[in-house]
Amino acid sequence: MSRQIGDVVLDLKKVSLSFGGVNALTDISFDVREHEIRAIIGPNGAGKSSMLNVINGVYRPQQGEIILRGQHFSKMNPYKAAKAGISRTFQNIALFKGMNVIDNLMTGRNLKIQSNLIQQALWWGPARREELAHRAKVEEVIDFLEIQHIRKTPVGRLPYGLQKRVDLGRALAMEPSILLLDEPMAGMNVEEKQDMCRFILDLNDQFGTTIVLIEHDMAVVMDISDRVVVLDYGKKIGDGDPDEVRANPDVISAYLGASH
Amino acid sequence: MPETASSQALDTFPRLLLNHARVRGGKAAMREKDLGIWQCWTWQGVADEVRALACGLAEMGFRRGENVAIVGDNRPRMYMMMTAVQSLGGVPVPLYQDAVANEMLFVLVDAEIRFLFVEDQEQVDKVLELQEQLPQLKHLFYDNPRGMRHYTQPFIHDVRELMEMGRIHNRNHPDLLATAIATGSTDDVSVMLYTSGTTGKPKGVRLTHNAFISAARGGVEFDHLTAEEDILSYLPMAWVGDHLFSFAQAMVTGFTINCPESAETVMNDLREIGPTYYFAPPRVFENLLTQVMIRMEDASAIKQKMFHYFMAVARRSGAEILDGKPVSTADRVLYALGNFFVFGPLKNVLGMSRVRVAYTAGAAIGPDLFRFYRSIGINLKQLYGQTETCAYVCLQPDGEIKFDSVGKPAPGVEVKIADNGEILVKGPMLLKEYYKRPDATAEAINADGYFMTGDAGIFDDEGHLKIIDRAKDVGKMANGAMFAPNYIENKLKFFPYVKEAVVFGDRREMVCAFINIDIGAVGNWAERRGIAYSGYTDLAAKEEVYGLIQESIEQINGELVGEGLLADSQIHRFLILHKELDPDDDELTRTRKVRRGFVAEKYGVLIDALYGGKDSQFIETAVKFEDGRQGKVAADLVIRDLKTFGVAGREAA
Repeated sequence: MSRQIGDVVLDLKKVSLSFGGVNALTDISFDVREHEIRAIIGPNGAGKSSMLNVINGVYRPQQGEIILRGQHFSKMNPYKAAKAGISRTFQNIALFKGMNVIDNLMTGRNLKIQSNLIQQALWWGPARREELAHRAKVEEVIDFLEIQHIRKTPVGRLPYGLQKRVDLGRALAMEPSILLLDEPMAGMNVEEKQDMCRFILDLNDQFGTTIVLIEHDMAVVMDISDRVVVLDYGKKIGDGDPDEVRANPDVISAYLGASH
Repeated sequence: MPETASSQALDTFPRLLLNHARVRGGKAAMREKDLGIWQCWTWQGVADEVRALACGLAEMGFRRGENVAIVGDNRPRMYMMMTAVQSLGGVPVPLYQDAVANEMLFVLVDAEIRFLFVEDQEQVDKVLELQEQLPQLKHLFYDNPRGMRHYTQPFIHDVRELMEMGRIHNRNHPDLLATAIATGSTDDVSVMLYTSGTTGKPKGVRLTHNAFISAARGGVEFDHLTAEEDILSYLPMAWVGDHLFSFAQAMVTGFTINCPESAETVMNDLREIGPTYYFAPPRVFENLLTQVMIRMEDASAIKQKMFHYFMAVARRSGAEILDGKPVSTADRVLYALGNFFVFGPLKNVLGMSRVRVAYTAGAAIGPDLFRFYRSIGINLKQLYGQTETCAYVCLQPDGEIKFDSVGKPAPGVEVKIADNGEILVKGPMLLKEYYKRPDATAEAINADGYFMTGDAGIFDDEGHLKIIDRAKDVGKMANGAMFAPNYIENKLKFFPYVKEAVVFGDRREMVCAFINIDIGAVGNWAERRGIAYSGYTDLAAKEEVYGLIQESIEQINGELVGEGLLADSQIHRFLILHKELDPDDDELTRTRKVRRGFVAEKYGVLIDALYGGKDSQFIETAVKFEDGRQGKVAADLVIRDLKTFGVAGREAA
């Protein structure tokens, strides 16, 4: 493999998050290294999605800090996260259903657009050149995800598996350095899962994108991730490479019940 | 033609290419959609890339006369590689890209492939799977570098490396390619196509430059094709039809071939390119029509009314107008209106606005389907040919279209019917030989130089050839008349209510039939009439359904009377089977062809009842359900007599 796992790019220290009296996350620390595929697993309600939401600033943790490439963020917000190269997909697909695939992917380029509103409205000079350049980038994403045949189809008309792929495409259009995937394979059949795995491995390999993913399918997680964090009731109960995690007695009891 | 003076020399594909580069170097030769934009290669561009490829192969130690396998979707560089190989006196061997590794193995070994050019990672992986069984394989080139970064095997190369090497080689040996092309002869083998081999191992069919160029020139002349045509190249490159249309004819005339972006985008690409010359197997035309009909049902009432009104006009006069036959002025005016409101927009949606000539072949096409396309003004025609004849034997001439014939012998082709009904053909387009199979070659070409097609056919009064059946399936009835089961079964299957049919009559005094109804179509029909039924077996036994099928078969009997030799094949008695014929029960092959012998044996008691004059017969049959369980289906089947027609000049049967 030419892919080399590098230094820590994202470090979470003692993060705690609560909603009223409910402790969603308690004292969680883990790190993510450059170019690695890092999985977060755990039973339902373990706090996995909350964890992702903390990373890209949707939720503000009451305690703890996030260190992104050496920069400390006690208050992350989605805009800062996006500017810093973090993009994500959602468990419930978050696309514009009435817009076609190209337009949805173009929204992923939004942050990178320089020209102002008036220039864009007139589609003149720099705005035109800029849009063509962005469109070319979007075409690369379309080619990568092999969705040429649905380029101009409204997203709402696509089957679920393809919508998931477009959702990933929109995240990729941002050219992220860190990609957060919230259950990318939920609800897919075996073939769609295989395709999705291949896309994740390919983009990690070709573009060196660091990937943090939540996934329920254990076979998939153990197969593709470099390191795995296990959460249960908002606490970290395991952390390490797939084999270590599989052998961890706490993890086994969390998944199979206390007495096994 | 300005090239007439030098046309003597234009007798191999590489020479044709050089000529195009000279005469129309700036004109588009190939297009491919990549990253959403149609990329274009001019004839000069193609010639340059072919030169780089050929010189690269020469540098790698390519030997004159050797075979080079090409595996992938239709891509410009795949077509270029063919000419590059031909330039060096080699033989390109295109393979079906969707074949699994083990199916590829036979061809790769048989053709002693040392150089292999594939499209992408998927194909490379297949080859690597076989690597140990391919000791002779020296170099593997790929076109699409995606996913290939970690393949470090020294014999795998990006085709761009090969071309770079070729460009350097060309600078050092500028005359090599010209000499190689000058050395080539029109009687050299230009391509080897493997027959699919439904029986036994595939055979490599060796076809010369002269064969394909003659076939291409004949077709071009016949349909007045020019360098201005556009064609969409989307059918497998290993198939003789694609080689004739997308390669040989393009090389002969200099028209443009367009490669789709991916297999899924073909319909979109078709609409964007708007080809003027189009080829598709019948099932593609059928799917398109189904899509149109489904969408029409969702259209508003006004649109539906318009559509049905003008389609009725088209059915009445469209095909006649296309054929230039006399049509009343009123109908002409209505047709013109229909063209403006319905047919024109419809053709546009289908991507066929610019189509001047469209062909179909490969399987029987239903007359209704065929008539639909012709009636909206698409010049759809049928052709007949096989791999061994460059897919060039018969073509339907403009204005002389008959729905049930494949047309007249093509220019330069001699066709005759042997005593046993088999079609024999002779002409410049015949194969040179089967690769390493002199026995098969001797079997296929008779002492007089005719190729034996294995198909049975008859000429009608106007010299149109009608294909009846595979020659080996054609039998004789007790009175000596010809019996062609597939022909009759196909006629039956053209009725939407009939799913499968099996007819018997070989060495018997009359023809009888088993029918499988189409549960979808007949079920729909029954619902509209308020006939309740519980499942296939129940529906198949209904009195009304028997009546429906009886009407259809009697209509066929009426048609058969007019077909001379086949008048004795009228169906006398039939029954509707109590279960659907199924590949799981070994009654059909996986490609859904009836296994006649097996069915006859399994249902022997029914056949005895048909010929024994009984009115009904009880039968119990073991079946396999989809979940693998075994079960039994039993029924008391009704047998019905049918009306038959007397043949003129003879007593009624």
